[in-house]
Amino acid sequence: MNGRDELPDERAKRARFGRRALAGFAIMLALVLVVAGRFVFLQVFEHTEYSTQAKANRVRLKHLPPPRGLIYDREGKLLADNVPAFRLDVVPDKIKHMDAMLHRLSAVVPLTADDIQRFNQSLKQHHAFEAVPLKFRLTESERDRFAVDQWQFPGVSITPYLTRNYPYGAAFAHVVGYVGRIDEKELQHLDPDRYAGTTHIGKTGLEKEYENLLHGTPGYEVVEVNANQRPLRVLQRVPAKPGKNLYLTIDERLQKATIDAFDGQTGAAVAIDPRNGDVLAMVTVPSFDPNLFVNGISQADYAALLENPEKPLLNRAMRGGNPPGSTVKPFLGLGGLELGLRSPDTTVLSTGTWYIPGSSHGSRGYRDDTRWGAGRVDLIQAITQSVNTYFYSLAYQMGIGRFDEWMAKFGFGSPTGIDLPGETGGVLPSPEWKRKTFKQPWYPGETVIAGIGQGYWMVTPLQLAHALATLADGGLAHTPHLLAATSDGLGTQDIPHKQPPPEQLTHDPADLEAVKQGMLGVVYNPLGTAYQAGIGKGFPYLIAGKTGTAERYSRTTEAYNNDKNLKYLAERHRAWFIAYTPANHPQIAVAVMLEHGAWGGSAAAPIARKMLDQWLADTPPSERPPIPVTAVANAPSAATPKTP
Amino acid sequence: MNAIATSLTARAFRIGRRIFSRPRIDLPLAIALLLLAAAGLTVLYSASNLDTGTLVGQAARFLIGAVLLVAVSRIPPNLLRAWTPYFYVIGLLLLVVVKVHGEGQGANRWLNLGVFRFQPSELMKLAMPMMIAWYLHPRQLPPRWRDLVVAGVLIGLPAFLIVKQPDLGTALLVVASGVFVLFLAGLQWWKIGAAFVGLAAAAPVAWHFMHDYQRQRIVTFLHPENDPLGSGWHILQSMIAVGSGGIFGKGFNQGTQSKLEFLPEHTTDFIFAVLGEEFGLIGVLVLLALYAFIVGRCLWIAANARDTYSRLVAGAFGLAFMVYVIVNGGMISGLLPVVGVPLPLVSYGGTSAITLLAGFGVVMSIHAHRKWTP
Repeated sequence: MNGRDELPDERAKRARFGRRALAGFAIMLALVLVVAGRFVFLQVFEHTEYSTQAKANRVRLKHLPPPRGLIYDREGKLLADNVPAFRLDVVPDKIKHMDAMLHRLSAVVPLTADDIQRFNQSLKQHHAFEAVPLKFRLTESERDRFAVDQWQFPGVSITPYLTRNYPYGAAFAHVVGYVGRIDEKELQHLDPDRYAGTTHIGKTGLEKEYENLLHGTPGYEVVEVNANQRPLRVLQRVPAKPGKNLYLTIDERLQKATIDAFDGQTGAAVAIDPRNGDVLAMVTVPSFDPNLFVNGISQADYAALLENPEKPLLNRAMRGGNPPGSTVKPFLGLGGLELGLRSPDTTVLSTGTWYIPGSSHGSRGYRDDTRWGAGRVDLIQAITQSVNTYFYSLAYQMGIGRFDEWMAKFGFGSPTGIDLPGETGGVLPSPEWKRKTFKQPWYPGETVIAGIGQGYWMVTPLQLAHALATLADGGLAHTPHLLAATSDGLGTQDIPHKQPPPEQLTHDPADLEAVKQGMLGVVYNPLGTAYQAGIGKGFPYLIAGKTGTAERYSRTTEAYNNDKNLKYLAERHRAWFIAYTPANHPQIAVAVMLEHGAWGGSAAAPIARKMLDQWLADTPPSERPPIPVTAVANAPSAATPKTP
Repeated sequence: MNAIATSLTARAFRIGRRIFSRPRIDLPLAIALLLLAAAGLTVLYSASNLDTGTLVGQAARFLIGAVLLVAVSRIPPNLLRAWTPYFYVIGLLLLVVVKVHGEGQGANRWLNLGVFRFQPSELMKLAMPMMIAWYLHPRQLPPRWRDLVVAGVLIGLPAFLIVKQPDLGTALLVVASGVFVLFLAGLQWWKIGAAFVGLAAAAPVAWHFMHDYQRQRIVTFLHPENDPLGSGWHILQSMIAVGSGGIFGKGFNQGTQSKLEFLPEHTTDFIFAVLGEEFGLIGVLVLLALYAFIVGRCLWIAANARDTYSRLVAGAFGLAFMVYVIVNGGMISGLLPVVGVPLPLVSYGGTSAITLLAGFGVVMSIHAHRKWTP
């Protein structure tokens, strides 16, 4: 351009510079292209990947745990409730020195060794950025104190939550059960999506049995956060679906009346509606306060429960069991009739002692309760007076095979299938069972004593109530159950809970009638074992019952113990009473077991009567069967019930 | 109607041309710089979360820079050349002062001048090519060994002071701007190759003298995924920002990475990532093209310059300017380790913008005085 003005040397310099400038520009352009290529790679080929990462950066899922379903009794009384409470949460990520922080914190909010141990355990189950609960159910003063000092504890916060509350405490501890904090073992089996954000799970009772119904479906919030994880806005919100509310068959008033009737004695009682298997009451005393377990029971409280000799944690109504004693007699008697071994008129001579036919003289005899026996008795009299000889001979005649087969039909020896976890089936003595348990052969004498509910027999009050309900409902066996219906909350229709179909166990109503007559005699005949207790007096309906007194220890001598004092007997005996009413239209069947009762008739029967009184008070007159005029007029007399 | 419009347009064009030709400013370069400043302010406004204070502050710096640019463009290159040694020495002294009195986060880089803070090392980016060009101007080219040694000392002295701040990134760029003068002066290719081999051999030695944080940056650059929440955070978040932008970007003020503060330093060193996130590949390519045009124009002006000094200064300044862009772009896209290099005329920061515009003033002066005048 300006070449004319320049010196030749200057022209060479300019040309050389031009080449260099071009080379430099080319190099720069190449490098720019490399950078541009890198952007193409990131923004075109890797775009999807980085978009996902950008979204993962800013979007957080916040779980909304569902409110747990409520549990009501049959009248709509709240047995398990959710109440608002406050807890201390710790985000481990934000704590530099955890131990030092806990130490300082315990000066503000008292922390027990239990709290810290549990907290350390749950630390392992959570991510470092997740809040871990440290202390549940803060008191108001703890809350206030912490609020003042909160600035000293970054990463520690007060979180409101709903906690489980059992308003009736110990009364339903063994039925409703309780929830507790999810432990490591449970965590392995839980669906992490369903339980995201949930801290508690049903541990026992109905809370455990119906965990799936009660739990509900968690919701979630999609939250946009900044780099400091501070939530800025909610992008999407799916509310949690609360768990289903449960309506039980159980009646709080009957439950309470039963507990009161025990008056501090140890035992258990179950009441069932024979018409459908509804469990109306299920009582174990002593019991415990389930609220203690919800947020972790303290070592001291737990030790006290474990060391209590009356074992309040044992659900006597459906676990373990005791020999049923004479309460098996109506069932065995019915078996004799149904299997065609005897008719209602067949009589047996009771002389005070019964020997296995054909056994040599001087071999072991089997005793009646009275020294000289009851004389010649038919089935009705045998049940009324609880004549052992009749049932010794019947059991022997039946043989252990048929005996077991028949008794098993009424549910003895296996769980009833009630909707509660942990039910045991007791023991129905059988040669197989004995071989398996003791590796010993079966002796004929064991068949004999099985006939009066002694020996290896073990029965739970629930089993006995269930068998009695079956008897009362004309041999129709309904599986006992506690759950009547579920609902999705206010304003929704209750959904009845489906029950398995009942099973007919007997075929001749006449057989059942004879057994019923015998059981009426127990209450109303002056010779009846419960007559003295007077439990039929003043009750508008006929009560059919049976006493039972099981021996805790086998007799060591042949001598009679009648002169022993009651205290001695009470220590050795289990007192039973089973009853149903109204005898002609059964609506309630109860089984009462008293651990330290001397005799079934005198100790257990009055408890059963109080339960029946409560049932009468509970049932509105419109739902009661008509009162038979003759029965009301003559109920206390011995003869009337025998002519239905 | 049409004729009126045409004549009006022609008239406006003539007036504009007269304004720009009086201070004899290169119109294409000026327009490119204006576009770049506008783009820079737009991205900065978004990156600062629509903070008007930041926007106005930066615009004010651009205005100061523009005034400086016009002023410098009126000074003949001869005069600039005569002042060069003083300029260089003042820059060197300021580096010493900043070493003693400076302030900054972890490193002494800034001088507080009351009104604004001033970064002498930025000044050196302009003083360095001017000084080497001044030295080589009267000498025979390509430079001989003796000249190379002198140039090495002239480059090494300020570089050493900047490394000691410590600011390795800026030091390397200052060295580059000096070396570009030697390159444009016709330094033999074999010597350039030998220098590269020598540098590669010296790398382990350099590693030995590095600060821990500098080593950490290189380790992190090689394996950012090892420490995604720690020192790998910058690179990773920047790559996420760029990659998630895609071809068309998320739109102005829609970049979640910068808005939600995942992207660190998003108004300064990492502003390129904001551009990549919000304006996508298209925005990135347009910006790179703009830079390339500016550098090309600088080199074209250099090629048409009057004397050696002018050629070398304008050419080296242009090449160095491009290097800033390449290093910053490479850094935020994960090609290069994180070094504190701003994106020229886009990143928020006073000294850099003003110095750069003053540098373009020198280029404009060279363009204006390209004709041989006695």
